[in-house]
Amino acid sequence: MRTVAALILSCTFALAADAHPGNASASIPTDALIQPEELARTVQPEKSTKPLILQVGSNVLFAQAHIPGSEYAGAASTESGRQQLHTRVERLPRNKFIVLYCGCCPWNHCPNVNPAYQELRAMGFTKVKVLYIANNFGADWVDKGYPVAKGE
Amino acid sequence: MKKTLVPILAVIVVLAVVGRRASRDWNPVKVPGAKQSDNRRLAPDFSLPDVSGHTLSLSSYRGKVILLDFWATWCDPCREEIPRFIELQNKYGERGLQIIGISMDDSPQPVRDFYHEFKMNYPVALGGAKTGDLYGGVLGLPIAFVIDREGRICTKHIGATDISVFEREITAML
Repeated sequence: MRTVAALILSCTFALAADAHPGNASASIPTDALIQPEELARTVQPEKSTKPLILQVGSNVLFAQAHIPGSEYAGAASTESGRQQLHTRVERLPRNKFIVLYCGCCPWNHCPNVNPAYQELRAMGFTKVKVLYIANNFGADWVDKGYPVAKGE
Repeated sequence: MKKTLVPILAVIVVLAVVGRRASRDWNPVKVPGAKQSDNRRLAPDFSLPDVSGHTLSLSSYRGKVILLDFWATWCDPCREEIPRFIELQNKYGERGLQIIGISMDDSPQPVRDFYHEFKMNYPVALGGAKTGDLYGGVLGLPIAFVIDREGRICTKHIGATDISVFEREITAML
């Protein structure tokens, strides 16, 4: 019976490891995720209280298309990017509602969102959400018809 | 009973892991998926600096079958494709295949380092937002276009794509 239990356990580990190759986007808690549809409602012009939305991925992709009102905050997979993010938010109240997003790659391959999320949590921010982008920003935001802005 | 159960479970474990990997490899091809271009529009021309500082123009490769790959050094699926593209270029270069990489990195140095480290055997240009706009927006990586000898876009692949898909499309035109 111990052999069977060991086999089941190793199966579980093998599948879990395979699900997150090389990064840990999937380790972001589910309750810290925000879906595109929900965020799109939040950024409507008539909404008075909007979160601070930060793109933490590629500047080239940001320049092509980004969420209106969002700011580019550096690629969080790099030390310099995390420093840029840190500098941007360090003076904000720790209960500030912040949404992070990237969309450079499929969710499980994104190198940026988890480091950004961990950085803000380590700084003590309590209301941080990460936009769940399954495939990429083009397919899951632009192609859905959600609002888009261009430029840096 | 136990003796029967162990090998059965072992088979299930292997099938589950292998099946998951196979599905992951193919999934990006289907979602959003390779799109057959409806009217085969001409691939927009561009002139960009390559990793050595020379100018790379798409139009100078007219007459070849081109695999135009938008990628970045920080993009894991892109990096995984590069060694296979190198193999493809080796295998079909003499028959008229030309792979061209367009890096969408924010700065050139990581691209130069990567190019030399991986001994890339095809040209890589340094792209940007304007290049992305030319191709309808490169809002996720990798994205690859297969272009025929007349310079028309035949297919567009969004996400990591199995190399056999590219090989099938390319050899059909060589």
